[in-house]
Amino acid sequence: MSQIIQNPEDDRKFTINFGPQHPAAHGVLRLVMDLDGERVERIDPHIGLLHRGTEKLIEHKTYLQSVPYFDRLDYVSPMNQEHAFALAVERMLGIEVPRRGQYIRMLYCEIGRILNHLMNVCTQALDVGALTPITWGFEEREKLMIFYERACGARLHAAYFRPGGVHQDLPQDLLDDIDGFCDHFLTVLDDIEGLLTNSRIFKQRNVDIGIVTQEDVMDWSMSGVMARSAGLAWDLRRSQPYEAYSEMDFAVPIGKNGDCYDRYVMRMDEMRESVKIMRQCIANMPDGPVSSQDGKVVPPKRAEMKQSMEALIHHFKLYTEGYHVPEGEVYAAVEAPKGEFGVYLVGDGSNKPYRCKIRAPGFAHLHALDYLSRDHMLADVSAILGSLDIVFGEVDR
Amino acid sequence: MSDLQTLADHISAGLGGKLAGYSMAFGELTLDVNPGNIEPVLRFLRDDTDCGFTQLTDLCGADYPSRPLRFDVVYHLLSMTKNQRIRVKVQAGEETQVPSATGLFDVANWYEREAFDMYGILFSGHPDLRRLLTDYGFEGYPLRKDFPLSGHVEVRYCDDTKKVIQEPVSLVQEFRDFDFESPWEGARAAGLLNDDVLPGDEKASEADEAQGQEG
Repeated sequence: MSQIIQNPEDDRKFTINFGPQHPAAHGVLRLVMDLDGERVERIDPHIGLLHRGTEKLIEHKTYLQSVPYFDRLDYVSPMNQEHAFALAVERMLGIEVPRRGQYIRMLYCEIGRILNHLMNVCTQALDVGALTPITWGFEEREKLMIFYERACGARLHAAYFRPGGVHQDLPQDLLDDIDGFCDHFLTVLDDIEGLLTNSRIFKQRNVDIGIVTQEDVMDWSMSGVMARSAGLAWDLRRSQPYEAYSEMDFAVPIGKNGDCYDRYVMRMDEMRESVKIMRQCIANMPDGPVSSQDGKVVPPKRAEMKQSMEALIHHFKLYTEGYHVPEGEVYAAVEAPKGEFGVYLVGDGSNKPYRCKIRAPGFAHLHALDYLSRDHMLADVSAILGSLDIVFGEVDR
Repeated sequence: MSDLQTLADHISAGLGGKLAGYSMAFGELTLDVNPGNIEPVLRFLRDDTDCGFTQLTDLCGADYPSRPLRFDVVYHLLSMTKNQRIRVKVQAGEETQVPSATGLFDVANWYEREAFDMYGILFSGHPDLRRLLTDYGFEGYPLRKDFPLSGHVEVRYCDDTKKVIQEPVSLVQEFRDFDFESPWEGARAAGLLNDDVLPGDEKASEADEAQGQEG
């Protein structure tokens, strides 16, 4: 429940405490809001209620043991996070991911993007009063999570993208099922759009709310949908392509007005583009290994260990000592569904990262909440917050 | 000559003495800057048309306790127009006041609060240098290398006082930090070996010396 403290000097001025337990806070966010009547004068977000010291923990784990921490950051699209860490380690080690591994990564990154956007669009709609989309959207999320489960055994905390490639190969019937999902999913998207896009209430709550300009994007270090809603054609999959994104045919939706409504429309379009990429990945899925053949980094297959002494030694060494990453520092970023997710990794030549800074897109976006919400009404704060796409796992780390 | 080298030359020409040095590794350019010069350097990188690093992607600290100036403040900048990234590093001690970047990039506000919270790095001219991620009333700087992984205090709900209370950490089992590093590869790479002597071989030289004295 919100607690209201009245300021004795002025009857119109209020300081309200929003959260940390509030359904529209999208997790554990506490906002201390200064209001003038219903108009927001200042917001002071208090974050860190979900701070688990991920960066400190990673400094005490080997590189392979660090992977699962990334699932727990933005738990709405876990594999996209792992991807950034895997890219950073691969760049330092100088290893290449085989083609099939790259395609599987792209396929699952796009599944992650749909998982994220479905969650965001539906809960943001819920925040502004539309109750139905979440029930339709979550049915599809459930199906996608089963694809996660069938690939790696876990619905959420996948630990599937590992430095060197992906953990295991996908069976053909899983690829066929994902292909089948794509056809059906587009009709579900149409249904959700039918509920929201032309809804008068939804438009009244979102159009011209939380407008972001190109200057704001620069000042507040916005990325992803937030930056594109202001009309910047910036998508890391296009501008700094990783894996095989340069071979994919997809469009990058760009906004015009930079308001919450634009961001909703863009997220819907991005899901359609993701389906397009998923289909291309499945249709052109190459054969071959899914992870690097470098035995000093990627553990051997179980069958191989029964025959080969060297494979057995590699297995033992990799799961106890782990591999050594050369000294140096890299910054690797991916276009996560929420924006630019980066990992700044410092290696000291040992088997553990010396420093691993996680650059979460939500952190910068939440910082801008105060700026974006000023002079808006109290009810708009939850619309803006929903549209920023905040998940506290990655903001608090 | 690579694009990165061209950029490095352009920046060192534009900044002159303000740049302490630069290095290139893994296809990334890193500039070293003294704390006093960080503001003009960032301003140049942002405003110069051939640089155009208009976005401060990230700002973070890093701790190297063996150095006299133990902290690094690492700035990551992005130029969308040139599609280029750059890293700027500043070395700071526990007492050093690093000029705040909040005047140039609004987003530096929280990043610097986080670096202060995690490492105790001080930023001068910051409008509101409070702790950000740690608990209300937290003491210490958790990401420093000398801060224990378990922390110093643990919280629990006390049924007698009906309050959440803090107590010193007591681990039921000692923290298990196994040293898996192979003495033949890892230790040498990590610089843990003194005079390149393998563990277990220390006595070999002592025995040699003893023999030499006898003889």
